[in-house]
Amino acid sequence: MKKHTIVALVQDRAGVLSRVIGLIRRRGYNIESMAVGHSETPGVSRLTVVIEWEDVEQVVKQLYRLIEVLKVSDVTNDPTVEREMVLAKLHIPGGKRPEIVALTEIFDAKIVDVGANTMVVEMTGSPAKVQNFIDVIKPFGIKEMMRTGRIAMVRGGRGHAAEDVLESNGHAPEQVPTMN
Amino acid sequence: MSEKRTGAQIMCEALIRDGVDVMFGIPGGAIMPFYYAMWEYRDQLRHVLCRHEQGAGHAAEGYARATGRIGVCIGTSGPGTTNLVTPIADAMMDSTPILAITGQVGSHVLGKDAFQETDITGITMPITKHNYLIKKADELPYVFKEAIHIATTGRPGPVLIDITKDAMMASVVPNWDIKLNLPGYKPNYQGNRKQIREAIKLLLAAKKPLIMAGNGVIMSGADGELRAFAERLHIPVITTLHGIGSIPEDHQLSIGMPGMHGWVHVNRAIQECDVLFNIGGRFDDRVTGKASTFAPNAQVIHVDIDPSEIGKNVKVAIPIVGDARMVLQALMDELPDREELAILHGNASDWLEHIREMQHQHQPKQQYSKRDEGVSLPPVDVYNALTQIVNTRGKYRIVTDVGQHQMWAAQLLDWYRPRTHITSGGAGTMGFSVPAAMGVAIAHPEDTVWAICGDGGFQMMNQEMATMIQEGIKNVKIAVINNGYLGMVRQWQELFEGKRYSGTPLSGPDFAKLAEAYHWKGITVERSEDVEAAILEAYATDGPVLIDFRVEREVNVFPMVPQNKSIGEMIVNASEA
Repeated sequence: MKKHTIVALVQDRAGVLSRVIGLIRRRGYNIESMAVGHSETPGVSRLTVVIEWEDVEQVVKQLYRLIEVLKVSDVTNDPTVEREMVLAKLHIPGGKRPEIVALTEIFDAKIVDVGANTMVVEMTGSPAKVQNFIDVIKPFGIKEMMRTGRIAMVRGGRGHAAEDVLESNGHAPEQVPTMN
Repeated sequence: MSEKRTGAQIMCEALIRDGVDVMFGIPGGAIMPFYYAMWEYRDQLRHVLCRHEQGAGHAAEGYARATGRIGVCIGTSGPGTTNLVTPIADAMMDSTPILAITGQVGSHVLGKDAFQETDITGITMPITKHNYLIKKADELPYVFKEAIHIATTGRPGPVLIDITKDAMMASVVPNWDIKLNLPGYKPNYQGNRKQIREAIKLLLAAKKPLIMAGNGVIMSGADGELRAFAERLHIPVITTLHGIGSIPEDHQLSIGMPGMHGWVHVNRAIQECDVLFNIGGRFDDRVTGKASTFAPNAQVIHVDIDPSEIGKNVKVAIPIVGDARMVLQALMDELPDREELAILHGNASDWLEHIREMQHQHQPKQQYSKRDEGVSLPPVDVYNALTQIVNTRGKYRIVTDVGQHQMWAAQLLDWYRPRTHITSGGAGTMGFSVPAAMGVAIAHPEDTVWAICGDGGFQMMNQEMATMIQEGIKNVKIAVINNGYLGMVRQWQELFEGKRYSGTPLSGPDFAKLAEAYHWKGITVERSEDVEAAILEAYATDGPVLIDFRVEREVNVFPMVPQNKSIGEMIVNASEA
């Protein structure tokens, strides 16, 4: 099964995430990651979901059945910028700190907290680079780790601005055919 | 108009504004403010007090299926709403436009396990087209308008509005100046012209074309257009369970029902056809059998208003997203003139003749006429008498339940008009017929409404007989096809599980006496020679009647395609089983 990255524009309302997740859960698939937040347009959220799925076209169509879903794109094969962020709390006795400092420089990561025996590092990058960083710091002893999940944006002029989607969809419903 | 109204008054006014005049429901704590307000509007909004919320839901479905208008059901919070879950799921599967209005506990205790609190919006998320949790009265005018719009347009379906008790009690000045704002909901009604032209090209080139008509034809009121289109191209028409009535069965192009209990000639025609034009059907697994073996020689044209249905179960050559009626009109516009079509008609006649020959070979209905000695009432005798009598006694609607009797009704009764055959298809909900018949009877008080059900399904929802008496409903007649089994399950056990009748023998009370206890007329029929008289007596009676047909116990529905087999592999009759 292939891993798919799906980007969706949804209305920012209570329950919308639950609907999206429910649609995926219904078929017994696990969500590898999901990241969601405000888009450039008030009232519209943009979310990125990563799932392993055979028939992703069907999922995209089903997502469109949700009233609050505005636009769904499978960007797996598009040129994209993909980013993920990780926060990791490491168990670091005083003497080992310089090693971590050196590693964070190599990975363009940041040290955001230093405790008596702990350090919290923050790193942002492509999912592969984040994984690579995690592999490297693992031997030091990760006490806690938190990843944001992937966000993806199509490069260049492609992709969909929320405002354009709203405009092309129009706000008012279409004329409904009358019954006999 | 700037007077204050309570949320509950707004709910009533919103329903009236959208043309609702009847609701099916049961009150309870959380929904009491709505019932309090309802009293004021009782001349415009009829409330039918059901005996179980499931009955209320199915009644709303029956009303909606018989009219195409929104059916409304009501339940209070907690068990009142969870009892609505089955009809909501049923409506979702069969694309039936219903609105479920449920009371919710006060917003200040929401999520705190208050008395009779259930997260009904959470529960019904996957089985509604959309749902709402409303905590503020001023949102109600908009939400009711939007909810009914969503339920009745595009691919219709159930919508639920859950309203907290405090929102119903709060007073606000309602804003009725409503402009719907639904940027994510854009049903496509007009089929794509290019695809429509492609479809015509394919149909004109076909040697063995078939039209499959489904629920969408009935729902969009496209039966006239369907018939005209089929006639122009001289293409045989098959009707799925929910497509029944979209073409009269005595029409020369109507060939019958496909699928698990479809006729042999219909399933063979599907397997032979070179172009299959499916309009408004969703290629349910009960139609396709093993989908990978379905219509192996056909290029499929699929017309559906829901894009997610296209390509879901069957590979499609030409997808057309649109409303069945509008697409058929567009197809007619694009057809070449009669002279050009004449060439095609020659081919089409051979094909139709071939199908009729297969039909003649199998004489599908005749297998039921063979009778063993000592059998006093084979089910077929009930259906034969029914179809003869109902077709000579004015307008009628027939509501069936789920199981053997349902398949016999689809096979053995003659169907002529849309919205006369109403059943639970996708969900297969036993208990559907009695309450749904009540909804149909209220929608069409001038029609005779028959509920045909098995003794299993009847015992699930017969309490609504009391509701019908209380409401003065006289035009419902119930025919129980009583074989003392959960018959369809027993049939599977007989054919595939070595007659291990686990959990299927079923006893019941004396149904005629039960009917009398409900103040219905009850008739028991045990012999074929009494069938006709009983049905005529039901017609002659000015009031609801139940007939308990005690039929031969172990009769099977044939033909039958075993589950997961190709529709080419049918058990044609009992001697092959």
